[in-house]
Amino acid sequence: MANLTTDIAGLRLRNPVMTASGTFGYGTEYEDFVPLEQLGGIIVKGTTLHPRQGNPYPRMAETEGGMLNCVGLQNRGVDYFCQHIYPQLRDIPTNFIVNVSGNAPEDYAECAARIGELEAIPAIELNISCPNVKHGGMAFGTTVEGAQSVVRAVRKAYGKTLIVKLSPNVTDIVAIAKAVEDEGADAVSLINTLMGMAIDAEKRCRLLSIGTGGLSGPAVKPVALRMVWQVAHAVGIPVIGLGGIVSATDAVEFLLAGASAVEIGTANFLDPAVTIKVIQGINDYLERHGFTSVKEIIGLCE
Amino acid sequence: MTHRKYILDLTLTAVEQLNERCALLRATDPTAPLPPMQAGQFAQLRVDNSPHAFLRRPISIHNVDRERNEVWFLVQIVGKGTKGLAQMKCHERLNAVLPLGNGFTLPERQTERVLLVGGGVGVAPLLLLGKQLSERGVRPTFLLGARSEKDLLQTEHFRHYGDLHVSTEDGSLGERGFVTQHPLMHEAHFDRVYVCGPKPMMVAVAHWAKSGNIWCEVSLENRMACGIGACLCCVEDTSEGHVCVCTEGPVFNIEQLKWQI
Repeated sequence: MANLTTDIAGLRLRNPVMTASGTFGYGTEYEDFVPLEQLGGIIVKGTTLHPRQGNPYPRMAETEGGMLNCVGLQNRGVDYFCQHIYPQLRDIPTNFIVNVSGNAPEDYAECAARIGELEAIPAIELNISCPNVKHGGMAFGTTVEGAQSVVRAVRKAYGKTLIVKLSPNVTDIVAIAKAVEDEGADAVSLINTLMGMAIDAEKRCRLLSIGTGGLSGPAVKPVALRMVWQVAHAVGIPVIGLGGIVSATDAVEFLLAGASAVEIGTANFLDPAVTIKVIQGINDYLERHGFTSVKEIIGLCE
Repeated sequence: MTHRKYILDLTLTAVEQLNERCALLRATDPTAPLPPMQAGQFAQLRVDNSPHAFLRRPISIHNVDRERNEVWFLVQIVGKGTKGLAQMKCHERLNAVLPLGNGFTLPERQTERVLLVGGGVGVAPLLLLGKQLSERGVRPTFLLGARSEKDLLQTEHFRHYGDLHVSTEDGSLGERGFVTQHPLMHEAHFDRVYVCGPKPMMVAVAHWAKSGNIWCEVSLENRMACGIGACLCCVEDTSEGHVCVCTEGPVFNIEQLKWQI
């Protein structure tokens, strides 16, 4: 058995495999399929200061090698999370990380501060990259100034590990990554979904209620891998890689590109037990190639 | 209601083409007895032989044959995923996540008069419902509708569990027209009605039930991705806001829905 432990700015993970926000619920939805304590971490669904109903149905369209969604951050708000969800999670021995979103820097900061009071939540992932909400979300993540304003506000309000999730819908993701690093982010995760669209030719109408949605799945993997590689070479903070990972080989590619850990998203829909198979497969890869620790392969691909 | 869910590698024991658009898949678990399943629950079936179908397909549990340890699925071809499933061959492996969602609410008393209305491939969950009702001593009335005689599915199986009435849009079998135009809907009295089929049909039957003050459950088939309440894609607008059809449904009482009925 190789040593699979990795760390994200001091946050220790028993292995590099986490689940991506919005694809794994609060983790408990998967309890019949996955021993949650065997995961490196669980990033729970996007949480906002106030409850959100999300976008109207239909919110999903299948595409070639992937899917589009425009859920729009449906959630019951941070108070509900703290009072009703957190008590169900706090005794499960894995890293629960809350994905935090908002409409304004002050909302992000207040939501982050509330999560910061929860003893068993060691980190947050700041979502400045959701393409499915009109105000906030990706609007902050597509400019250096927007990203800086949110991270600056949250950094003052939140003392634990701060991960910032980046949007691929930008001209220069490296510039955004450097900007959030300068504002005190402890790590970055990338990529969020790529903005896309689907049309039904027979019915001559759009397939998603708001027209556009975020593309995920294997179709986006080469884009994600490229961006992880670019960002990992440009920043000094750890990078978490995600985008289209469905197998251990995919995960290893992200580690080789410079990611210290990975997140698995859409693949959970194809095989609810995929995370455990990826963890096992990473170990098999390391043993097959004579590595004793997963840290040895992080960034090996120049 | 929570049920333990499983990921199973089933083996197809039979694939029967019922008409040019619909196949009956019968599958067994060669390693263990199949888990408990309720009428109205569904499975997420993996499509292995179509590279263009990315996600699993949610398919109703049509029947459970405990003696043969079989679960049956009715698959109507509506796109590339269902085409891949309907073209599977006997002895092939069928990977299924099941049982998912909540089933129909069974009557409390044996004396209740129960109507099951199905349209097209929407008849699928009503066979297992008919069976589970008959096991409880309730003899249901089935009213099944389709475009044409060849589109009426599994009628001989339904007849086994209750009184069968049919209507076809072209009049090739039974009454001509939609199920809501069938004389049964106006002449007989029922305490409960269960509906599954195309949305316009379900809305029409729900309207009829509501105006007659009849308890009514419908089974929805919103487009979904995960099937287990994680992705929030398949939501229906209800009296409690947006809820997942996969975990809060697919069966809903019409009083919960915001349909204009």
